[in-house]
Amino acid sequence: MLDVINLSHTYGAGPQAHQALGGVNLHVAEGQLVSVVGPSGCGKSTLLRSIAGLVRPTGGRILIRGAQVDGVPDDLAVVFQDYSRSLFPWMSVGENVELPLQRRGLDRTARRAAAAEALDAVGLGNAAAKFPWELSGGMQQRVSIARALAYRPSLLLMDEPFGSVDAQTREDLEDLILAVRGHHRMTIVLITHDIDESVYVGDRVVALTKAPARVAGDLQVDLPGPRDQIATRELPGFVHLRAEIGRLVRGKHADLLPNLLPNRSVH
Amino acid sequence: MSTGMRMSARTSHAQPSRRSGPRLNARVTRALWKIGVVAAVVAMWEWRARAAENVYFPPPTAILARMREAWFSGPFTHAFLTDEAIANFPPSLGRMFGGWGLACLAGIVLGVALGRSDTLAAFVDPLIQFGRAVPPPTLIPIFLVLLKADTRVQLATIMYGVIWPVLINTIDGARYIDRLHDDTAQVFGLTRAQRLFRIILPAAAPKIFAGLRLSLALSLILIVVSELAGGSTNGIGYELLVAKSMYDLAGMWGVIVLLGLLGYLFNASFLLVERRVLAWHRKQSDPHTSER
Ligand SMILES: Nc1ncnc2c1ncn2[C@@H]1O[C@H](COP(=O)(O)OP(=O)(O)O)[C@@H](O)[C@H]1O
Ligand SMILES: [Mg+2]
Repeated sequence: MLDVINLSHTYGAGPQAHQALGGVNLHVAEGQLVSVVGPSGCGKSTLLRSIAGLVRPTGGRILIRGAQVDGVPDDLAVVFQDYSRSLFPWMSVGENVELPLQRRGLDRTARRAAAAEALDAVGLGNAAAKFPWELSGGMQQRVSIARALAYRPSLLLMDEPFGSVDAQTREDLEDLILAVRGHHRMTIVLITHDIDESVYVGDRVVALTKAPARVAGDLQVDLPGPRDQIATRELPGFVHLRAEIGRLVRGKHADLLPNLLPNRSVH
Repeated sequence: MSTGMRMSARTSHAQPSRRSGPRLNARVTRALWKIGVVAAVVAMWEWRARAAENVYFPPPTAILARMREAWFSGPFTHAFLTDEAIANFPPSLGRMFGGWGLACLAGIVLGVALGRSDTLAAFVDPLIQFGRAVPPPTLIPIFLVLLKADTRVQLATIMYGVIWPVLINTIDGARYIDRLHDDTAQVFGLTRAQRLFRIILPAAAPKIFAGLRLSLALSLILIVVSELAGGSTNGIGYELLVAKSMYDLAGMWGVIVLLGLLGYLFNASFLLVERRVLAWHRKQSDPHTSER
């Protein structure tokens, strides 16, 4: 579905140049949910923006279903990290969710229904008539998640989507994402700096190094399904993975990795 | 999404509406103060003018009486307007709103096009700076020679004079659109029409409205100027000429008062519309302001 091949990106030029990505390789299979975890400032958002065609990377290639990304791909939705600036303040919450659905070939009633359903799913069923700025940060973030879900993309990119919601809502939203992909075949790349979360929601966890980001490790998450917020997190496998990724992200024992990680992606 | 994945709505608290009693009292007090100040100034004017007995400065009561006689003593069926008012107000206001409307439309269309293209804007910028520096009344003689008919001269003067605030503000508003809004529009593949009408215009609306309001005030000034200088045979500016030629001082003051009242009325009505259209903008910047 998605191939990231030796992707590098440098912001600026000359003495101010900052290399954010230092050759990232990643393959995501159709229907997979991959968590990308890395320290803040390492280049996670840059990676996601490159995949979305919003940043033209300075090196490497990105393929979606074998076709090179050049401009914004079709059939893609993004939940931006800065959710509050991504919603349009002059539109109601419902209109924000409906707006992209027009080109999905839905008529007015169908659009309205799809928006209502998505808002309902994120627990904002009665907020459709409100404006984004009337909602708390966490609620705005859920609106932006609802917009992406209603769109039913085949590739969904999420940039720290649960960053500013309270712990309880965060767990609900994690489970919502797991449920969504159970129902619709969506390939999901979820960026997070929360290691627990990356393991809990992911089929796979890709850990990035500090900037310039490279893949430090790529681990298969082999936990018995369906996941449960309490039971899954106590499994020895979960605890082990979490520790493993923690070490990867912090960069310790990085030299030992190739032997420890059977799934390390090689391109 | 099926109901199976629905999550509980525990965190959605509605915000209480904020329209409380004490605020209403404060508003009434403020309105009374405003009226009081106006009344005091008018009373002072009346008193001084009567004491001075200067023909050039008739008292407000005399001015109002003259205005009533000239314009507002008509039959009930004509909304109390006299023939004189009917002959002169509609042409002026028609030209004013016609010119203003056309200029606004042109200013917004051009402004969006220029605002969305930095290259185009950079090339055209010197022209705009030159164009807006030319005082519109100086063009009246040229328009007179070129266009000959008086209504067209006035329309051209108004359009030329009022397009600049709209154009410049629209360029500015359309240029600085939040990058994330742009990104969002791209990612979700919004159509060109959606981008224009649902993203660019609303995002630029606060700036555009500021330009529209400025140019509305300008258009009232320019309609009078163009009627005074443009060889008009009717209109509010023409009335001023007639009053002047007859040494009708109260009549001249009447035109001035009328123009002031009209300007106030237009501005207030415009603000009313602006407040509705830009409610999101006002409340977003300060969600705690109440409806004013
Ligand atoms: N538009 C930009 N111009 C210059 N530097 C940028 C830009 N965007 C991000 N950066 C820099 O690139 C690095 C990686 O940023 P980002 O991808 O946002 O990291 P992350 O999402 O992992 O926190 C940071 O040091 C950031 O300051
Ligand atoms: Mg980021």
